[in-house]
Amino acid sequence: MTDKHLSTQFDAELSGISGRVLEMGGMVESQLVQALLALTTFDGEIAAQVLLQEERVNQMEIEIDRDLSAIIARRQPTARDLRLLIAISKAIANLERVGDEAARIARMVKRLINTGVSSRFRLPVTDLSFEAELAIAQLRKALDAFARLDTARALEVLKQDDQIDQEFDGLLRKLITYMMEDPRTISSSIDLVFVAKAIERVGDHAKNIAEAIIYVVKGTDVRHTSMENVENVVR
Amino acid sequence: MAANPAPTEKSKVSVRNLNFYYGSFQALKNIHLEIPERKVTAFIGPSGCGKSTLLRVFNRMFELYPEQRAEGEVTLDGEDILSKKLDVSLVRAKIGMVFQKPTPFPMSIYDNIAFGVRLFERLPRVEMDERVEWALKKAALWGEVKDKLAQNGASLSGGQQQRLCIARGIAIKPEVLLLDEPCSALDPISTGKIEELIHELKVDYTVMIVTHNMQQAARCSDYTAYMYLGDLVEFGPTSELFMKPKQKDTEDYITGRFG
Repeated sequence: MTDKHLSTQFDAELSGISGRVLEMGGMVESQLVQALLALTTFDGEIAAQVLLQEERVNQMEIEIDRDLSAIIARRQPTARDLRLLIAISKAIANLERVGDEAARIARMVKRLINTGVSSRFRLPVTDLSFEAELAIAQLRKALDAFARLDTARALEVLKQDDQIDQEFDGLLRKLITYMMEDPRTISSSIDLVFVAKAIERVGDHAKNIAEAIIYVVKGTDVRHTSMENVENVVR
Repeated sequence: MAANPAPTEKSKVSVRNLNFYYGSFQALKNIHLEIPERKVTAFIGPSGCGKSTLLRVFNRMFELYPEQRAEGEVTLDGEDILSKKLDVSLVRAKIGMVFQKPTPFPMSIYDNIAFGVRLFERLPRVEMDERVEWALKKAALWGEVKDKLAQNGASLSGGQQQRLCIARGIAIKPEVLLLDEPCSALDPISTGKIEELIHELKVDYTVMIVTHNMQQAARCSDYTAYMYLGDLVEFGPTSELFMKPKQKDTEDYITGRFG
């Protein structure tokens, strides 16, 4: 937001809280990267770190929410300011869920290690990391769009979500083939299905954040509408 | 300037092409506006934007000053109220006004209400008693003054005095009630009572309120008009204007980026 309020304190509060959302986004992003690294390298140490980070992410969500309430109570924001605060509330809820997905992956890695499963080399972990890279890129792009309140970038996130969904479907088909060919892979394949689903959900959260950005800037709620409508709103 | 499409509601007061001058200074510039019936319409804007001036046009309060003049058309149910042919006291009987500072007459609470009624109607004592009680009840003041109706109106608290003025305004059964910053001299509790009262009054009356307090406009109005330097910048449903104003100027003002 370029133009300033009469109250510089209010400006400071808004930019402070936006900054913390980005900080939380950065934490969640690295959590997700770490979780996937733990999966591909089968490293229990890294998985444990991801779970530790989750605590901090949860705490951050609570803090930002508390500050949001305080700003609303003290400033009675309207219009764009109010929309920004509502969008922040939605964005941090989605970020926290991304953190949950990362923790879910990390917990699974730990469990696999504990049960001594090592059939991972026979499973399509590389396909999984392609899906994961897409999801991480989406999350990064959504956070970037949030930082600049850039609707064009937010629109890109919405458009690219299909790609992750397609990856997920392809991966699912592949895992089914593995399971049919060799029933011994069923157990670890199912684990990978859950990981793939978790990654696919990350894409959805990025999409939700992108929709919230469009709401801040344009004042129009584009959730559950056609891509054509969203493009018209952003244009 | 932005087009201000008429709300879909039936309009009570229509303003067309209204220009207003204090001598050579133009205070209102080509105002077009449809005030919906039995709704609360709030006027907001920085000092000197013309919102109070507009309110004063609606009951021809400006005519007391020879150097002030209004050009254009203001109609109440289709009747031109700016027409010299129409008696100003008849206009004010239909369009009552309450001012920023409570202005009780230096007489009893009872007579404060009855005084205005007597100008327009000859009521037998019993009916006048009923009218006074009705007006005080409408203004949510009856419970507090029913045992001291003979006391001087000035003995009441500021909030009570303002409700007395509103009671006086509605006692003559107007159709439109103009409130010019009715709460600016009141504490939050009294303000809350007046706002609650405004909400109840709109069942019977078309209410227009000028306020400096944007939150008050947001709380108690159905429609809001934002004015600046004599222009009507934006007019629309209050919830839309405060959530997603169409004009950048409106947004700058309501979000406190003005100046």
